Amino acid sequence: MRNVNVELITESVKKLCMDANYYLGEDVVEAIEHAVGKEESPLGREILKQILENAEIAKSEQMPLCQDTGLAAIFVELGQEVHIEGGRFEDAIQEGVRQGYAEGYLRKSIVEDPLRRKNTGDNTPAVISTRVVSGDKVKITILPKGGGSENMSAIRMLKPSDGEEGVKSFVVETVRKAGGNPCPPIIVGVGIGGSFDKCAYLAKKALLRQVGSAHPDPYYAEMEKELLERVNNTGVGPQGLGGRITALAVHIEAHPCHIASLPAAVNTQCHSARHKEIVI
Amino acid sequence: MNMETKHLETPLSASEVEKLHAGDNVTLTGYIYTGRDAAHKKMVDLLQKGENLPFDPKGQIIYFVGPTPAKPGQVIGSAGPTTSGRMNKYSPHMIAAGLKGMIGKGEMGPEVAEALQRHKGVYFVATGGAAALIAKRITESEVVAYEELGPEAVRRLKVVEFPMIVAQDCHGGNIYVEGVEKYKR
Repeated sequence: MRNVNVELITESVKKLCMDANYYLGEDVVEAIEHAVGKEESPLGREILKQILENAEIAKSEQMPLCQDTGLAAIFVELGQEVHIEGGRFEDAIQEGVRQGYAEGYLRKSIVEDPLRRKNTGDNTPAVISTRVVSGDKVKITILPKGGGSENMSAIRMLKPSDGEEGVKSFVVETVRKAGGNPCPPIIVGVGIGGSFDKCAYLAKKALLRQVGSAHPDPYYAEMEKELLERVNNTGVGPQGLGGRITALAVHIEAHPCHIASLPAAVNTQCHSARHKEIVI
Repeated sequence: MNMETKHLETPLSASEVEKLHAGDNVTLTGYIYTGRDAAHKKMVDLLQKGENLPFDPKGQIIYFVGPTPAKPGQVIGSAGPTTSGRMNKYSPHMIAAGLKGMIGKGEMGPEVAEALQRHKGVYFVATGGAAALIAKRITESEVVAYEELGPEAVRRLKVVEFPMIVAQDCHGGNIYVEGVEKYKR
């Protein structure tokens, strides 16, 4: 057993909240730089350059990349040899979010009830997904998820007979219909299989992959390549104003599913694809 | 596409609005107001009761934004546009009350397009997610109403050379339709 104090968890989450919102990942920066060269629309190129300049300003001044500093989606891999001491694990994470959003001058974007809509004032609660894994480490990943891109996400319970093409058409249609709303160029997270809820989780999990990395299974790697091309052929372009670069990447996560089912989910991620992780 | 930049100042007149076309690159200087979902709901409720808005909308522009809190020494925090489609229900009422323009991101609905044509209004887009860059073009910020709404409060901002693109104009032009049509394969 390895003891980990909750104070360390809180401190780590606080820093992750701020870092994720100030510093755009190098993989995303590189993908956008590459996109500038490929974009045919002059307006689209201007927008991509603004996005790069924005990332520079955010980094040098430690300002949020986007005013929507998101709902804090937190993924935890908790080693089963770890003993959390000093308080409740989830409370420690929520406290880290509370401190990070206050001290980092991040926007508080959470309402306490979906219909009665009073702001909680501290950006909690975060949505936490915890998996118990082997080992004596705790891995915490934060993905501050903006509302604009999250709202354009979709899930569909397809029939097994809809097959590969059914999934592909659903993905392309979802991106095309979203237009400029999710702040393209986007990263398209696709979940295939599992159950209704697992499928949506897979689509979000897919957003954590390094932009430009290929799926380890060549079958899905090929599908990602084809989907990226089809998504970019929609012409939606940067900010939806028309252009070649609608998405920077398509990432698929697949999972076993029921003989009667073919769930498919698309989680759209804006170009401000922020996520940071720490292993404690 | 015309990449020449037009320079606009607030307030906007109907004749200035008529000269703008979808796809035009423009900058804006002057005072604008902020508002998003919650503030729009309150303002449209006032209009429907025949009461005055917290500011006179005639010739003015509303920026759909909910900024991050300003750090000490900053005028405003990061302040990029939010998705405009959520205001589809409200904007036609604001336009009918004299508002000349909105700034946001993403396409606005047919009810807004119709109001833009009928009352000579214009919808601009700023780059979503370029919030730190945009904040540099804001030189004053004060809350004028609904402080209790936090990031959703109505603010009066002074902007200087604020970068925008005309997205939907008063002639029925729509860059979201025209641009995508041009580049789709």
